[in-house]
Amino acid sequence: MSEIQSQSALDQSQIDDITSAMLGVIADMKASEVQGAVNIRKDGHLAARRNSENIVIETKTDVPGIDIKVKPGTIGEQVHIPVVLTETGLNDKVYNDFYIGAGSDVYIVAGCGIHNDGCETSEHDGIHRFFLEKGSKVVYVEKHYGEGSGSGDRILNPRTEVHMGENTQMEMVMVQIEGVTDTVRDTDCYLAEGAKLTITEKLKTSESQKATSNVKIELEGDSSSVQVISRSVAMDDSVQIFAPLVVGKADCRGHVQCDAIIMGNAKVRSVPGIEADSEDAQLVHEAAIGKIAGEQIIKLMTLGLSEEEAEQQILEDFLS
Amino acid sequence: MLELKHITFDAPASKSADGREIPGKRIINDFSLDIEQGKITVITGPNGGGKSTLARLIMGIEKPTSGRFLLDGEDITEKPIDERARLGIGYGFQTPARFKGMKVRKLITLASGRKISTNECNEYLSAVGLCSGNYLQREVDKSLSGGELKRIEIASVLARNPRVAIFDEPEAGIDLWSFDKLIDTFLQFHHAQPDHALVIISHQERIMQIADRIVVIKEGQLDREGPREEMMPTLMIRMPQNPTCGMAAVETTIGQWSLTEEGVR
Repeated sequence: MSEIQSQSALDQSQIDDITSAMLGVIADMKASEVQGAVNIRKDGHLAARRNSENIVIETKTDVPGIDIKVKPGTIGEQVHIPVVLTETGLNDKVYNDFYIGAGSDVYIVAGCGIHNDGCETSEHDGIHRFFLEKGSKVVYVEKHYGEGSGSGDRILNPRTEVHMGENTQMEMVMVQIEGVTDTVRDTDCYLAEGAKLTITEKLKTSESQKATSNVKIELEGDSSSVQVISRSVAMDDSVQIFAPLVVGKADCRGHVQCDAIIMGNAKVRSVPGIEADSEDAQLVHEAAIGKIAGEQIIKLMTLGLSEEEAEQQILEDFLS
Repeated sequence: MLELKHITFDAPASKSADGREIPGKRIINDFSLDIEQGKITVITGPNGGGKSTLARLIMGIEKPTSGRFLLDGEDITEKPIDERARLGIGYGFQTPARFKGMKVRKLITLASGRKISTNECNEYLSAVGLCSGNYLQREVDKSLSGGELKRIEIASVLARNPRVAIFDEPEAGIDLWSFDKLIDTFLQFHHAQPDHALVIISHQERIMQIADRIVVIKEGQLDREGPREEMMPTLMIRMPQNPTCGMAAVETTIGQWSLTEEGVR
Protein backbone atom coordinates (compact mmCIF):
# COMPACT_ATOMS: atom_id res chain seq x y z
CA MET A 1 0.00 0.00 0.00
CA SER A 2 1.45 3.33 -0.91
CA GLU A 3 1.78 5.93 1.74
CA ILE A 4 -0.48 8.32 -0.08
CA GLN A 5 -3.26 5.80 -0.35
CA SER A 6 -2.96 4.64 3.22
CA GLN A 7 -3.48 8.20 4.30
CA SER A 8 -6.24 9.05 1.84
CA ALA A 9 -9.37 10.06 3.69
CA LEU A 10 -12.45 7.87 3.57
CA ASP A 11 -15.60 9.64 2.42
CA GLN A 12 -17.70 9.49 5.59
CA SER A 13 -20.68 11.50 4.41
CA GLN A 14 -22.98 8.49 4.83
CA ILE A 15 -21.61 7.39 8.21
CA ASP A 16 -24.01 8.56 10.92
CA ASP A 17 -23.55 8.23 14.69
CA ILE A 18 -25.25 4.86 15.04
CA THR A 19 -23.22 3.44 12.17
CA SER A 20 -20.06 4.87 13.59
CA ALA A 21 -20.71 3.31 17.01
CA MET A 22 -21.51 -0.04 15.42
CA LEU A 23 -18.31 0.05 13.39
CA GLY A 24 -16.40 0.45 16.62
CA VAL A 25 -18.02 -2.68 18.05
CA ILE A 26 -17.95 -5.00 15.06
CA ALA A 27 -14.76 -3.91 13.33
CA ASP A 28 -12.74 -2.18 16.06
CA MET A 29 -12.57 0.73 13.69
CA LYS A 30 -13.05 4.42 13.60
CA ALA A 31 -13.90 5.27 10.02
CA SER A 32 -11.57 8.23 10.13
CA GLU A 33 -8.58 6.18 11.26
CA VAL A 34 -8.93 2.85 9.54
CA GLN A 35 -5.96 1.64 7.51
CA GLY A 36 -5.86 -0.15 4.18
CA ALA A 37 -8.71 -1.19 1.92
CA VAL A 38 -12.22 -0.46 3.21
CA ASN A 39 -15.76 -1.24 2.12
CA ILE A 40 -18.61 -0.17 4.38
CA ARG A 41 -22.07 -1.42 3.50
CA LYS A 42 -25.02 0.22 5.19
CA ASP A 43 -28.66 -0.75 4.80
CA GLY A 44 -28.05 -2.69 1.63
CA HIS A 45 -25.94 -0.06 -0.12
CA LEU A 46 -22.32 0.93 -0.39
CA ALA A 47 -21.62 3.68 2.14
CA ALA A 48 -17.89 4.12 1.70
CA ARG A 49 -15.03 2.43 -0.11
CA ARG A 50 -11.31 2.82 -0.47
CA ASN A 51 -8.90 0.61 -2.39
CA SER A 52 -5.22 0.33 -1.74
CA GLU A 53 -2.46 -0.20 -4.23
CA ASN A 54 -2.43 -3.95 -3.69
CA ILE A 55 -6.02 -4.61 -2.69
CA VAL A 56 -8.88 -3.84 -5.03
CA ILE A 57 -12.55 -4.05 -4.04
CA GLU A 58 -15.06 -4.25 -6.89
CA THR A 59 -18.85 -4.40 -6.89
CA LYS A 60 -20.23 -7.59 -8.39
CA THR A 61 -22.35 -7.15 -11.46
CA ASP A 62 -24.51 -10.29 -11.28
CA VAL A 63 -25.45 -10.47 -7.58
CA PRO A 64 -25.19 -8.06 -4.64
CA GLY A 65 -21.73 -8.12 -3.12
CA ILE A 66 -18.09 -7.47 -3.78
CA ASP A 67 -14.91 -9.10 -5.00
CA ILE A 68 -11.85 -8.42 -2.89
CA LYS A 69 -8.66 -9.07 -4.81
CA VAL A 70 -5.34 -9.15 -2.99
CA LYS A 71 -2.32 -9.04 -5.31
CA PRO A 72 0.28 -11.80 -4.90
CA GLY A 73 3.03 -10.90 -2.44
CA THR A 74 0.99 -8.31 -0.54
CA ILE A 75 2.38 -8.32 2.98
CA GLY A 76 0.96 -6.83 6.17
CA GLU A 77 -2.07 -5.05 4.72
CA GLN A 78 -5.56 -4.81 6.16
CA VAL A 79 -9.03 -5.09 4.68
CA HIS A 80 -12.13 -3.88 6.52
CA ILE A 81 -15.54 -4.79 5.09
CA PRO A 82 -18.14 -4.17 7.81
CA VAL A 83 -21.90 -4.24 7.25
CA VAL A 84 -24.36 -2.20 9.26
CA LEU A 85 -28.14 -2.47 9.24
CA THR A 86 -30.11 0.30 10.88
CA GLU A 87 -33.42 0.06 8.98
CA THR A 88 -36.05 -2.26 10.44
CA GLY A 89 -37.52 -4.83 8.07
CA LEU A 90 -34.49 -4.99 5.81
CA ASN A 91 -33.33 -8.33 4.41
CA ASP A 92 -29.84 -7.89 3.07
CA LYS A 93 -28.03 -10.72 1.31
CA VAL A 94 -24.54 -10.31 -0.11
CA TYR A 95 -21.97 -12.44 -1.87
CA ASN A 96 -18.40 -11.49 -1.07
CA ASP A 97 -15.47 -13.30 -2.66
CA PHE A 98 -11.90 -12.95 -1.48
CA TYR A 99 -9.07 -13.80 -3.85
CA ILE A 100 -5.84 -13.95 -1.89
CA GLY A 101 -2.78 -13.88 -4.14
CA ALA A 102 0.14 -16.27 -3.70
CA GLY A 103 2.57 -15.47 -0.91
CA SER A 104 0.51 -12.62 0.53
CA ASP A 105 -0.16 -12.05 4.22
CA VAL A 106 -3.25 -10.00 5.06
CA TYR A 107 -5.59 -9.19 7.95
CA ILE A 108 -9.27 -9.08 7.10
CA VAL A 109 -11.97 -7.74 9.38
CA ALA A 110 -15.58 -8.39 8.47
CA GLY A 111 -18.57 -8.21 10.73
CA CYS A 112 -22.15 -7.18 10.90
CA GLY A 113 -24.00 -4.99 13.30
CA ILE A 114 -27.78 -4.74 13.33
CA HIS A 115 -29.44 -1.84 15.07
CA ASN A 116 -33.17 -2.51 15.00
CA ASP A 117 -35.44 -0.01 16.68
CA GLY A 118 -38.51 -1.26 14.83
CA CYS A 119 -40.84 -4.22 15.09
CA GLU A 120 -39.96 -5.93 11.83
CA THR A 121 -37.19 -8.45 11.34
CA SER A 122 -33.81 -7.20 10.14
CA GLU A 123 -31.66 -9.83 8.52
CA HIS A 124 -28.22 -9.98 6.97
CA ASP A 125 -26.92 -13.07 5.23
CA GLY A 126 -23.30 -12.77 4.22
CA ILE A 127 -22.02 -15.44 1.87
CA HIS A 128 -18.25 -15.31 1.92
CA ARG A 129 -15.90 -17.34 -0.20
CA PHE A 130 -12.16 -17.35 0.25
CA PHE A 131 -9.68 -18.58 -2.33
CA LEU A 132 -6.18 -18.73 -0.90
CA GLU A 133 -3.41 -19.21 -3.42
CA LYS A 134 -0.21 -21.09 -2.65
CA GLY A 135 1.71 -19.91 0.41
CA SER A 136 -0.68 -17.13 1.36
CA LYS A 137 -1.65 -16.31 4.90
CA VAL A 138 -4.88 -14.75 6.19
CA VAL A 139 -6.18 -13.68 9.56
CA TYR A 140 -9.93 -13.26 9.30
CA VAL A 141 -11.96 -11.71 12.12
CA GLU A 142 -15.74 -11.62 11.96
CA LYS A 143 -17.88 -10.08 14.67
CA HIS A 144 -21.64 -10.12 14.89
CA TYR A 145 -23.63 -7.87 17.11
CA GLY A 146 -27.24 -6.78 17.54
CA GLU A 147 -28.85 -3.94 19.43
CA GLY A 148 -31.84 -1.64 19.33
CA SER A 149 -35.00 -0.93 21.25
CA GLY A 150 -37.46 -2.53 18.83
CA SER A 151 -39.20 -5.87 19.13
CA GLY A 152 -38.09 -6.90 15.63
CA ASP A 153 -35.75 -9.86 15.37
CA ARG A 154 -32.11 -9.40 14.45
CA ILE A 155 -31.06 -12.31 12.29
CA LEU A 156 -27.66 -13.20 10.85
CA ASN A 157 -27.08 -16.26 8.71
CA PRO A 158 -23.51 -16.22 7.50
CA ARG A 159 -22.16 -18.81 5.14
CA THR A 160 -18.43 -19.08 4.74
CA GLU A 161 -16.56 -21.24 2.27
CA VAL A 162 -12.78 -21.45 2.43
CA HIS A 163 -10.59 -23.01 -0.25
CA MET A 164 -7.05 -23.26 1.00
CA GLY A 165 -4.30 -23.92 -1.52
CA GLU A 166 -0.95 -25.58 -0.88
CA ASN A 167 0.92 -24.45 2.22
CA THR A 168 -1.55 -21.70 3.05
CA GLN A 169 -2.44 -20.61 6.54
CA MET A 170 -5.67 -19.17 7.83
CA GLU A 171 -6.77 -18.09 11.26
CA MET A 172 -10.50 -17.44 11.53
CA VAL A 173 -11.93 -15.75 14.58
CA MET A 174 -15.71 -15.65 14.58
CA VAL A 175 -17.38 -13.84 17.42
CA GLN A 176 -21.04 -13.22 18.16
CA ILE A 177 -21.00 -10.69 20.90
CA GLU A 178 -24.63 -10.29 21.87
CA GLY A 179 -28.05 -9.21 20.76
CA VAL A 180 -28.47 -11.48 17.74
CA THR A 181 -31.90 -13.10 17.93
CA ASP A 182 -31.28 -15.97 15.59
CA THR A 183 -28.26 -17.18 13.72
CA VAL A 184 -27.39 -20.17 11.61
CA ARG A 185 -23.76 -20.23 10.65
CA ASP A 186 -22.43 -22.60 8.03
CA THR A 187 -18.72 -22.88 7.49
CA ASP A 188 -17.08 -25.22 4.97
CA CYS A 189 -13.33 -25.42 4.51
CA TYR A 190 -11.21 -27.43 2.09
CA LEU A 191 -7.51 -27.81 2.83
CA ALA A 192 -4.86 -28.81 0.29
CA GLU A 193 -1.40 -30.17 1.08
CA GLY A 194 0.36 -28.38 3.93
CA ALA A 195 -2.55 -26.02 4.64
CA LYS A 196 -3.09 -25.03 8.24
CA LEU A 197 -6.37 -23.68 9.60
CA THR A 198 -7.42 -22.47 13.02
CA ILE A 199 -11.03 -21.62 13.72
CA THR A 200 -11.91 -19.93 16.98
CA GLU A 201 -15.59 -19.42 17.58
CA LYS A 202 -16.90 -17.38 20.49
CA LEU A 203 -20.56 -17.00 21.16
CA LYS A 204 -22.81 -15.54 23.80
CA THR A 205 -26.58 -15.91 23.74
CA SER A 206 -29.21 -14.73 26.17
CA GLU A 207 -32.99 -14.26 26.48
CA SER A 208 -34.62 -16.55 23.90
CA GLN A 209 -31.92 -16.29 21.26
CA LYS A 210 -30.98 -19.23 19.09
CA ALA A 211 -27.61 -19.97 17.55
CA THR A 212 -26.53 -22.85 15.37
CA SER A 213 -23.06 -23.39 14.02
CA ASN A 214 -22.31 -26.08 11.46
CA VAL A 215 -18.67 -26.39 10.53
CA LYS A 216 -17.27 -28.91 8.08
CA ILE A 217 -13.58 -29.15 7.38
CA GLU A 218 -12.17 -31.46 4.77
CA LEU A 219 -8.48 -32.19 5.14
CA GLU A 220 -7.71 -33.21 1.57
CA GLY A 221 -3.95 -32.87 1.38
CA ASP A 222 -1.09 -34.50 3.27
CA SER A 223 0.30 -32.49 6.18
CA SER A 224 -2.83 -30.37 6.34
CA SER A 225 -4.14 -29.57 9.80
CA VAL A 226 -7.02 -27.87 11.54
CA GLN A 227 -7.82 -26.83 15.04
CA VAL A 228 -11.38 -25.82 15.91
CA ILE A 229 -11.93 -24.12 19.25
CA SER A 230 -15.45 -23.21 20.21
CA ARG A 231 -16.26 -21.39 23.41
CA SER A 232 -19.75 -20.29 24.24
CA VAL A 233 -21.95 -19.00 27.01
CA ALA A 234 -25.66 -19.76 26.89
CA MET A 235 -27.81 -17.76 29.30
CA ASP A 236 -31.51 -17.37 30.15
CA ASP A 237 -33.69 -19.36 27.73
CA SER A 238 -31.30 -19.35 24.80
CA VAL A 239 -30.44 -22.37 22.70
CA GLN A 240 -27.14 -23.22 21.05
CA ILE A 241 -26.24 -26.05 18.71
CA PHE A 242 -22.69 -26.81 17.61
CA ALA A 243 -21.89 -29.37 14.99
CA PRO A 244 -18.28 -29.17 13.89
CA LEU A 245 -17.12 -32.03 11.70
CA VAL A 246 -13.57 -32.74 10.58
CA VAL A 247 -13.03 -35.17 7.72
CA GLY A 248 -9.50 -36.49 7.27
CA LYS A 249 -8.76 -37.70 3.76
CA ALA A 250 -4.96 -37.77 3.90
CA ASP A 251 -2.00 -37.82 6.27
CA CYS A 252 -3.44 -34.98 8.31
CA ARG A 253 -4.18 -33.72 11.83
CA GLY A 254 -7.46 -32.41 13.21
CA HIS A 255 -8.53 -31.30 16.66
CA VAL A 256 -11.99 -30.09 17.66
CA GLN A 257 -12.67 -28.65 21.08
CA CYS A 258 -16.07 -27.33 22.17
CA ASP A 259 -16.55 -25.75 25.57
CA ALA A 260 -19.82 -24.27 26.73
CA ILE A 261 -20.95 -22.62 29.93
CA ILE A 262 -24.64 -23.07 30.50
CA MET A 263 -26.75 -20.84 32.76
CA GLY A 264 -30.41 -20.39 33.64
CA ASN A 265 -32.78 -22.39 31.43
CA ALA A 266 -30.50 -22.42 28.43
CA LYS A 267 -29.95 -25.47 26.25
CA VAL A 268 -26.72 -26.42 24.55
CA ARG A 269 -26.18 -29.28 22.13
CA SER A 270 -22.62 -30.00 21.18
CA VAL A 271 -21.97 -32.65 18.56
CA PRO A 272 -18.36 -32.58 17.45
CA GLY A 273 -17.61 -35.15 14.79
CA ILE A 274 -14.54 -36.67 13.21
CA GLU A 275 -14.37 -38.87 10.13
CA ALA A 276 -11.26 -40.51 8.77
CA ASP A 277 -11.00 -41.66 5.18
CA SER A 278 -7.27 -42.34 5.49
CA GLU A 279 -5.35 -44.53 7.91
CA ASP A 280 -2.87 -41.68 8.33
CA ALA A 281 -5.46 -39.20 9.55
CA GLN A 282 -5.12 -38.32 13.23
CA LEU A 283 -8.29 -36.70 14.53
CA VAL A 284 -9.37 -35.80 18.05
CA HIS A 285 -12.52 -34.23 19.37
CA GLU A 286 -13.55 -33.14 22.83
CA ALA A 287 -16.61 -31.36 24.12
CA ALA A 288 -17.67 -30.08 27.51
CA ILE A 289 -20.81 -28.37 28.76
CA GLY A 290 -21.22 -27.22 32.33
CA LYS A 291 -22.14 -24.41 34.61
CA ILE A 292 -19.56 -22.09 36.11
CA ALA A 293 -17.68 -24.11 38.69
CA GLY A 294 -18.50 -23.04 42.23
CA GLU A 295 -14.82 -23.23 43.13
CA GLN A 296 -14.05 -20.56 40.52
CA ILE A 297 -16.57 -18.14 42.00
CA ILE A 298 -15.34 -18.87 45.52
CA LYS A 299 -11.71 -18.25 44.55
CA LEU A 300 -12.53 -14.86 43.05
CA MET A 301 -14.66 -13.98 46.08
CA THR A 302 -11.65 -14.68 48.30
CA LEU A 303 -9.95 -11.96 46.25
CA GLY A 304 -12.68 -9.50 47.20
CA LEU A 305 -15.02 -9.78 44.20
CA SER A 306 -18.75 -10.07 44.84
CA GLU A 307 -20.51 -13.16 43.53
CA GLU A 308 -21.90 -11.20 40.55
CA GLU A 309 -18.52 -9.63 39.77
CA ALA A 310 -16.87 -13.03 39.97
CA GLU A 311 -19.38 -14.56 37.58
CA GLN A 312 -19.00 -11.69 35.13
CA GLN A 313 -15.21 -11.95 35.26
CA ILE A 314 -15.27 -15.70 34.63
CA LEU A 315 -17.54 -15.31 31.60
CA GLU A 316 -15.51 -12.42 30.23
CA ASP A 317 -12.28 -14.37 30.38
CA PHE A 318 -13.87 -17.54 29.05
CA LEU A 319 -14.90 -15.63 25.93
CA SER A 320 -11.80 -13.46 25.71
CA MET B 1 -6.10 -10.60 65.95
CA LEU B 2 -8.41 -13.36 64.72
CA GLU B 3 -10.29 -15.19 67.42
CA LEU B 4 -12.09 -18.48 66.87
CA LYS B 5 -14.59 -18.97 69.66
CA HIS B 6 -16.17 -22.38 70.22
CA ILE B 7 -16.49 -23.14 66.53
CA THR B 8 -18.56 -26.20 65.72
CA PHE B 9 -19.36 -27.36 62.22
CA ASP B 10 -21.69 -30.21 61.30
CA ALA B 11 -21.58 -31.37 57.70
CA PRO B 12 -25.16 -32.05 56.61
CA ALA B 13 -26.28 -35.46 55.38
CA SER B 14 -25.83 -35.83 51.65
CA LYS B 15 -25.92 -38.31 48.82
CA SER B 16 -22.90 -39.68 47.02
CA ALA B 17 -22.66 -39.76 43.22
CA ASP B 18 -23.91 -43.36 43.21
CA GLY B 19 -26.91 -42.45 45.35
CA ARG B 20 -25.68 -43.74 48.70
CA GLU B 21 -26.77 -41.84 51.78
CA ILE B 22 -23.87 -40.10 53.51
CA PRO B 23 -24.92 -39.33 57.09
CA GLY B 24 -24.29 -35.92 58.62
CA LYS B 25 -21.11 -35.67 60.65
CA ARG B 26 -19.51 -33.29 63.13
CA ILE B 27 -16.30 -32.08 61.46
CA ILE B 28 -15.24 -29.34 63.89
CA ASN B 29 -16.16 -29.63 67.54
CA ASP B 30 -16.03 -26.65 69.91
CA PHE B 31 -12.74 -25.34 68.55
CA SER B 32 -11.27 -22.17 70.01
CA LEU B 33 -8.03 -20.47 69.01
CA ASP B 34 -6.51 -17.01 68.99
CA ILE B 35 -4.46 -16.30 65.89
CA GLU B 36 -1.97 -13.69 66.93
CA GLN B 37 -0.71 -10.71 65.01
CA GLY B 38 2.91 -10.93 63.89
CA LYS B 39 3.09 -14.68 64.41
CA ILE B 40 3.39 -17.68 62.13
CA THR B 41 0.88 -20.31 63.19
CA VAL B 42 1.18 -23.79 61.73
CA ILE B 43 -1.89 -25.99 61.98
CA THR B 44 -1.18 -29.68 61.71
CA GLY B 45 -2.74 -33.00 62.52
CA PRO B 46 -3.87 -36.23 60.91
CA ASN B 47 -5.68 -36.28 57.58
CA GLY B 48 -9.41 -35.90 57.95
CA GLY B 49 -8.98 -34.12 61.27
CA GLY B 50 -10.67 -30.93 60.06
CA LYS B 51 -7.73 -28.66 59.13
CA SER B 52 -9.00 -27.58 55.72
CA THR B 53 -12.56 -27.28 56.97
CA LEU B 54 -11.32 -24.95 59.68
CA ALA B 55 -9.59 -22.78 57.05
CA ARG B 56 -12.72 -22.73 54.91
CA LEU B 57 -14.76 -21.70 57.94
CA ILE B 58 -12.36 -18.84 58.64
CA MET B 59 -12.63 -17.66 55.02
CA GLY B 60 -16.43 -17.90 55.14
CA ILE B 61 -16.68 -20.64 52.52
CA GLU B 62 -18.45 -22.81 55.10
CA LYS B 63 -20.78 -21.49 57.80
CA PRO B 64 -20.26 -22.74 61.34
CA THR B 65 -23.12 -24.52 63.07
CA SER B 66 -22.24 -22.54 66.17
CA GLY B 67 -19.44 -20.33 67.47
CA ARG B 68 -18.10 -16.90 66.53
CA PHE B 69 -15.21 -15.43 64.57
CA LEU B 70 -13.83 -12.11 65.76
CA LEU B 71 -11.38 -10.09 63.65
CA ASP B 72 -9.77 -7.31 65.68
CA GLY B 73 -12.72 -7.64 68.03
CA GLU B 74 -15.33 -7.30 65.29
CA ASP B 75 -17.73 -10.21 64.87
CA ILE B 76 -17.40 -11.40 61.26
CA THR B 77 -19.28 -14.70 61.68
CA GLU B 78 -22.14 -13.66 59.40
CA LYS B 79 -20.01 -11.94 56.79
CA PRO B 80 -19.71 -13.54 53.33
CA ILE B 81 -16.44 -14.53 51.69
CA ASP B 82 -15.88 -11.33 49.71
CA GLU B 83 -16.47 -9.11 52.73
CA ARG B 84 -14.03 -11.12 54.79
CA ALA B 85 -11.55 -10.80 51.93
CA ARG B 86 -11.98 -7.04 51.97
CA LEU B 87 -11.49 -7.05 55.74
CA GLY B 88 -8.12 -8.68 55.22
CA ILE B 89 -8.50 -12.45 55.28
CA GLY B 90 -6.84 -14.37 52.46
CA TYR B 91 -6.79 -18.05 51.60
CA GLY B 92 -4.52 -20.13 49.39
CA PHE B 93 -6.50 -23.21 48.38
CA GLN B 94 -5.14 -26.70 48.75
CA THR B 95 -6.60 -27.59 45.34
CA PRO B 96 -6.73 -24.36 43.34
CA ALA B 97 -9.43 -23.67 40.76
CA ARG B 98 -8.57 -23.52 37.07
CA PHE B 99 -10.03 -20.84 34.82
CA LYS B 100 -10.35 -21.30 31.09
CA GLY B 101 -9.36 -18.11 29.32
CA MET B 102 -8.06 -16.27 32.37
CA LYS B 103 -4.44 -15.24 32.05
CA VAL B 104 -2.05 -15.58 34.98
CA ARG B 105 -1.52 -11.86 34.80
CA LYS B 106 -5.26 -11.22 35.18
CA LEU B 107 -5.48 -13.44 38.25
CA ILE B 108 -2.54 -11.72 39.93
CA THR B 109 -3.98 -8.30 39.05
CA LEU B 110 -7.42 -9.22 40.39
CA ALA B 111 -5.78 -10.52 43.55
CA SER B 112 -3.88 -7.30 44.10
CA GLY B 113 -7.10 -5.31 43.69
CA ARG B 114 -5.34 -2.59 41.68
CA LYS B 115 -3.53 -2.00 38.45
CA ILE B 116 -0.05 -3.42 38.80
CA SER B 117 2.95 -3.27 36.53
CA THR B 118 4.43 -6.18 34.65
CA ASN B 119 7.46 -5.95 36.90
CA GLU B 120 5.38 -6.29 40.01
CA CYS B 121 3.52 -9.29 38.57
CA ASN B 122 6.89 -10.81 37.77
CA GLU B 123 8.06 -10.31 41.33
CA TYR B 124 5.11 -12.25 42.75
CA LEU B 125 5.73 -15.11 40.34
CA SER B 126 9.48 -15.10 40.97
CA ALA B 127 8.76 -15.30 44.68
CA VAL B 128 7.12 -18.69 44.10
CA GLY B 129 9.86 -19.87 41.77
CA LEU B 130 8.16 -19.28 38.43
CA CYS B 131 10.13 -17.67 35.63
CA SER B 132 7.46 -15.10 35.05
CA GLY B 133 8.24 -14.02 31.52
CA ASN B 134 6.85 -17.33 30.40
CA TYR B 135 3.85 -17.33 32.68
CA LEU B 136 2.09 -13.97 32.64
CA GLN B 137 0.35 -14.71 29.35
CA ARG B 138 -0.37 -18.36 30.15
CA GLU B 139 -3.93 -19.31 30.97
CA VAL B 140 -4.83 -20.58 34.43
CA ASP B 141 -6.24 -23.75 32.90
CA LYS B 142 -5.35 -27.39 32.52
CA SER B 143 -2.26 -26.49 30.48
CA LEU B 144 -0.57 -25.72 33.82
CA SER B 145 0.82 -28.59 35.85
CA GLY B 146 -0.43 -29.13 39.39
CA GLY B 147 2.77 -27.64 40.80
CA GLU B 148 2.58 -24.57 38.56
CA LEU B 149 -1.04 -24.01 39.47
CA LYS B 150 -0.26 -24.35 43.15
CA ARG B 151 2.53 -21.78 42.93
CA ILE B 152 0.32 -19.35 41.04
CA GLU B 153 -2.29 -19.82 43.77
CA ILE B 154 0.31 -18.90 46.39
CA ALA B 155 1.42 -15.91 44.29
CA SER B 156 -2.19 -14.71 44.16
CA VAL B 157 -2.35 -14.65 47.95
CA LEU B 158 0.98 -12.82 48.14
CA ALA B 159 -0.36 -10.25 45.67
CA ARG B 160 -3.53 -9.92 47.73
CA ASN B 161 -1.37 -9.30 50.79
CA PRO B 162 -4.04 -10.06 53.37
CA ARG B 163 -3.61 -9.22 57.04
CA VAL B 164 -4.44 -12.81 57.90
CA ALA B 165 -3.07 -15.15 55.22
CA ILE B 166 -4.03 -18.82 55.37
CA PHE B 167 -2.20 -21.30 53.16
CA ASP B 168 -3.66 -24.79 52.94
CA GLU B 169 -0.88 -27.34 52.41
CA PRO B 170 1.16 -25.00 50.22
CA GLU B 171 3.86 -27.62 49.74
CA ALA B 172 1.58 -30.11 47.98
CA GLY B 173 2.78 -30.63 44.42
CA ILE B 174 5.90 -28.53 44.90
CA ASP B 175 9.27 -30.07 44.27
CA LEU B 176 12.09 -30.06 46.77
CA TRP B 177 14.08 -27.22 45.20
CA SER B 178 11.04 -24.97 45.13
CA PHE B 179 10.17 -25.98 48.65
CA ASP B 180 13.28 -24.23 50.01
CA LYS B 181 12.41 -21.16 48.01
CA LEU B 182 8.84 -21.31 49.26
CA ILE B 183 9.94 -21.27 52.88
CA ASP B 184 12.16 -18.25 52.20
CA THR B 185 9.23 -16.56 50.53
CA PHE B 186 6.94 -17.17 53.49
CA LEU B 187 9.56 -15.78 55.86
CA GLN B 188 10.17 -12.69 53.72
CA PHE B 189 6.45 -12.13 53.30
CA HIS B 190 5.95 -12.45 57.02
CA HIS B 191 8.88 -10.31 58.14
CA ALA B 192 7.94 -7.53 55.71
CA GLN B 193 4.69 -7.02 57.57
CA PRO B 194 4.99 -7.51 61.29
CA ASP B 195 1.37 -6.55 61.88
CA HIS B 196 0.07 -9.43 59.75
CA ALA B 197 -0.59 -13.02 60.72
CA LEU B 198 0.46 -16.05 58.72
CA VAL B 199 -1.35 -19.36 59.10
CA ILE B 200 -0.03 -22.44 57.32
CA ILE B 201 -1.74 -25.80 57.29
CA SER B 202 0.97 -28.37 56.83
CA HIS B 203 2.40 -31.75 57.72
CA GLN B 204 5.91 -30.70 56.81
CA GLU B 205 8.51 -30.59 59.52
CA ARG B 206 10.40 -27.78 57.79
CA ILE B 207 7.34 -25.60 57.71
CA MET B 208 6.80 -26.31 61.41
CA GLN B 209 10.36 -25.14 62.00
CA ILE B 210 9.42 -21.60 60.94
CA ALA B 211 6.32 -21.55 63.16
CA ASP B 212 5.99 -19.41 66.23
CA ARG B 213 3.12 -21.59 67.35
CA ILE B 214 2.02 -25.05 66.39
CA VAL B 215 -1.60 -26.14 66.69
CA VAL B 216 -2.62 -29.79 66.44
CA ILE B 217 -6.18 -30.52 65.41
CA LYS B 218 -7.50 -34.04 65.67
CA GLU B 219 -11.00 -35.36 65.06
CA GLY B 220 -12.23 -31.80 64.80
CA GLN B 221 -10.94 -30.77 68.19
CA LEU B 222 -7.99 -28.82 69.45
CA ASP B 223 -5.63 -31.56 70.52
CA ARG B 224 -2.91 -29.25 71.78
CA GLU B 225 -1.09 -26.09 70.89
CA GLY B 226 1.89 -24.09 72.03
CA PRO B 227 5.19 -22.48 71.07
CA ARG B 228 7.23 -24.37 68.48
CA GLU B 229 10.04 -25.25 70.90
CA GLU B 230 7.60 -26.97 73.22
CA MET B 231 5.51 -28.60 70.55
CA MET B 232 8.15 -30.03 68.21
CA PRO B 233 9.46 -32.70 70.62
CA THR B 234 5.91 -33.93 71.16
CA LEU B 235 5.22 -34.44 67.48
CA MET B 236 7.69 -37.33 66.99
CA ILE B 237 9.03 -36.57 63.54
CA ARG B 238 9.89 -39.89 61.94
CA MET B 239 12.93 -40.37 59.72
CA PRO B 240 12.46 -42.30 56.48
CA GLN B 241 13.31 -45.99 56.66
CA ASN B 242 16.90 -46.97 55.83
CA PRO B 243 18.49 -43.61 55.01
CA THR B 244 21.59 -45.48 53.88
CA CYS B 245 23.09 -42.73 51.75
CA GLY B 246 23.87 -40.38 54.59
CA MET B 247 22.87 -36.73 54.60
CA ALA B 248 22.25 -36.50 50.87
CA ALA B 249 19.53 -39.06 51.15
CA VAL B 250 18.08 -37.37 54.17
CA GLU B 251 18.03 -34.07 52.31
CA THR B 252 16.30 -35.46 49.27
CA THR B 253 13.67 -37.26 51.24
CA ILE B 254 13.19 -34.69 53.91
CA GLY B 255 10.05 -33.46 52.24
CA GLN B 256 8.50 -36.86 52.93
CA TRP B 257 8.95 -36.71 56.66
CA SER B 258 5.64 -37.04 58.27
CA LEU B 259 3.96 -37.02 61.58
CA THR B 260 3.71 -40.49 62.96
CA GLU B 261 0.35 -41.57 64.17
CA GLU B 262 1.79 -41.86 67.65
CA GLY B 263 2.86 -38.25 67.41
CA VAL B 264 -0.61 -36.90 67.08
CA ARG B 265 -2.68 -39.45 68.84
